[in-house]
Amino acid sequence: MLSRTADHLYWLARYLERAETVARMLEAEQQLAMLPRPAESAERSRRATLMALGAHEFYDTRAPGATGDVLDFLAFDREYPDSIVSCISRARENARAVRGSIASEVWETINATWLEMRTFERRKGAERSRNLFEFVRQRSHMIRGVHVVAMLRDEAYHFLRIGSFLERADGTLRLLDARSSSTAADQGAIDPHEWTVLLRTLSAFEAYRKLFRGAVTPQRVAEMFILRPDVPRSLRRCMVEVRDNLHAVVSSTSAETERRAGALQAALEFGRAEELLPPLLPAYLTDKIEQLTLIGDGIARDFLVSEAVA
Amino acid sequence: MKGAWDEMIGADGRARAHCREYSDWLLAQGMDRLEAKSAEADALFHRFGITFAVYGQAEGTERLIPFDVVPRVLPQEEWLLLEAGLKQRVGALNAFIADVYDAQDILRAGVIPAEQVLCNSQYRPEVQGVAVPQRIYAHIAGVDVIRAADGRFLVLEDNLRVPSGVSYMLENRRMMMRLFPELFVRCQVAPVEHYPEVLLANLCSVAPRGVDHPTVVLMTPGAYNSAYFEHAFLAQQMGIELVEGQDMFVRDDILYMRTTRGPQRVDVIYRRVDDDFLDPLTFRADSTLGCPGLMAAYRAGNVTIANAVGTGIADDKSIYPYVPEMIRFYLGQEPLIDNVPTRVLRRPDDLAYTLAHLEELVVKEVHGAGGYGMLIGPMASKDEIAAFRARIIADPARYIAQPTLALSTCPTLVNAGLAPRHIDLRPFVLSGKDTTIVPGGLTRVALREGSLVVNSSQGGGTKDTWVLEQGAPERLDA
Repeated sequence: MLSRTADHLYWLARYLERAETVARMLEAEQQLAMLPRPAESAERSRRATLMALGAHEFYDTRAPGATGDVLDFLAFDREYPDSIVSCISRARENARAVRGSIASEVWETINATWLEMRTFERRKGAERSRNLFEFVRQRSHMIRGVHVVAMLRDEAYHFLRIGSFLERADGTLRLLDARSSSTAADQGAIDPHEWTVLLRTLSAFEAYRKLFRGAVTPQRVAEMFILRPDVPRSLRRCMVEVRDNLHAVVSSTSAETERRAGALQAALEFGRAEELLPPLLPAYLTDKIEQLTLIGDGIARDFLVSEAVA
Repeated sequence: MKGAWDEMIGADGRARAHCREYSDWLLAQGMDRLEAKSAEADALFHRFGITFAVYGQAEGTERLIPFDVVPRVLPQEEWLLLEAGLKQRVGALNAFIADVYDAQDILRAGVIPAEQVLCNSQYRPEVQGVAVPQRIYAHIAGVDVIRAADGRFLVLEDNLRVPSGVSYMLENRRMMMRLFPELFVRCQVAPVEHYPEVLLANLCSVAPRGVDHPTVVLMTPGAYNSAYFEHAFLAQQMGIELVEGQDMFVRDDILYMRTTRGPQRVDVIYRRVDDDFLDPLTFRADSTLGCPGLMAAYRAGNVTIANAVGTGIADDKSIYPYVPEMIRFYLGQEPLIDNVPTRVLRRPDDLAYTLAHLEELVVKEVHGAGGYGMLIGPMASKDEIAAFRARIIADPARYIAQPTLALSTCPTLVNAGLAPRHIDLRPFVLSGKDTTIVPGGLTRVALREGSLVVNSSQGGGTKDTWVLEQGAPERLDA
């Protein structure tokens, strides 16, 4: 497969997954806004969401100080490259560039999603984001479903999968990061509702109930999303998928990237829940996000950026 | 325009024999059903992304080429005539290009003035003497055919460089089958969907000598090109890579593409990039769309480029008037389909006649394309004619003139209901080891009342084109 095609496929998958992550984060924010809590803590929580997405600097150039319209910003700002609308546009641009390499039904589903985003954009005020997050989540499910059933298990498929799982791993860590830093700032006064909301927005509340008895605690939530191999969005699960798909496309230059992915997976497999205690969690998350970034850079170097003359 | 031939309705006001089956069906449809189907087609084309971006407009403004739900129907016997005439014509054109870049017999015989070929901006001295497989240059030709008031077909233009539109032929058919499945049960319409298969076989047949299983790629200028949809579509339908110039490189006169598993050799390029942009080392140095060294690999015979470099010499409007002569010269046959009678304004008597009759004639710039640089006398104002007259006098050799032809019409769904609109036809002729034409082509329609300009850049739309597998069924009441 052409390196450029692999690059487009990989980013297509990443942007779709990123749109879903942002939608899930904003959905959590929307739910939290309905809890009875002081204005400062709502403010802190929105700020934590911005920080976790790395969007705070851009946002501050827009609306210094107040965070009242964070939702609208992260959903609809076309100039912010990682807003939902930008992610979907970028996913669609990448899909358009390789529409010959993905099943037509995959392309049509992405294109239809992009077209429908505009009906949301045309709405005014609070109406704008009504049902948006659910819409993005459902479209994401649909696109995933279509490519799983319609695409040949060839390189195109594996590069899509690598992009999806790397981005999902990153998204899960950032969602945890937003909650842990926001509650840590509340002087340790942990609000179990915040973590319940997080579970719900990650479609994992019911799974939590099956796995653990009793109250929702930050440590168990972290354990669930980082160490458990059976939780579909967990870092460990995502790394298993990244490795499997990476293994299917190995090239003569990709040994170091495979080693890195393997090392991270091993660390998770033999990791202990004690590493995830609330005081340790923020640093742990930062470290793992960095490791994912290095793996992403390696994939770009080994497969996607073509050398001048090989 | 008065006196135009209608494709569906005869002079007696009744449907032509081959159209009766369809016309009975059409008349039984309510306008609202047709309009609803037409709206459904638009929504589907948007969803499939069969659109092109409009430059300089805000993101999200992608346009559709308007699609008309009423097909253009050709009876089998007319198609057989067209098919034979087009094969003959494209055969002669390929022989001409091969001759120009080789022995130049036709110039030495004085059939075409040598300076008109050798001083033409479309002549490429870079490929003089370079042999190509099977002596085929125009592997894919889109020949624009019109039907005059007397019902005869005439060739208006040959497109031999990077003709486009075939994806619309295929997608229009797919859309019609989706919208009106019942029609295809009633009417025996020849299928077109095998075009990509035939195209791929054709491209494989012109691979460099000794390559048994050639790697064929489709080269596109990229996702921002207005025909990008077609490039991606054809590559997908053929199952070949869609490459850009940056995806390829040349080493030791061999062309490779960069893949996730390292370099892979390329044998045949179906290119949708103009000559000028193919190779910055040979043509425009500022081209970022091309691949440096491609022409060296080509000259060494290590890669086939389809269409070959230099085909523009045969579809230039200043060469067009000589095509019937080419058919006689190379094939020793009389043309089965005529040219539109054309005056060449470099000739003093043709110039004098033209200047005296500008109000009736169509005058075209020889290097113009897409309906630009053209005067349609009967539609033009006095000022426009005066301005064009001055341009002609300044440089007569740049123009040719033709009578204003009443292009045939076909019923078309417009705001006021069904009304006749002028159409043309672009069949696609594939030349390689064999010459093949998928029955039909792209029918373009001028949607504005009275307009003769069918180009999509000037408000033209498209229709499905039906070639019926057999003559009209015998009917007792006919």
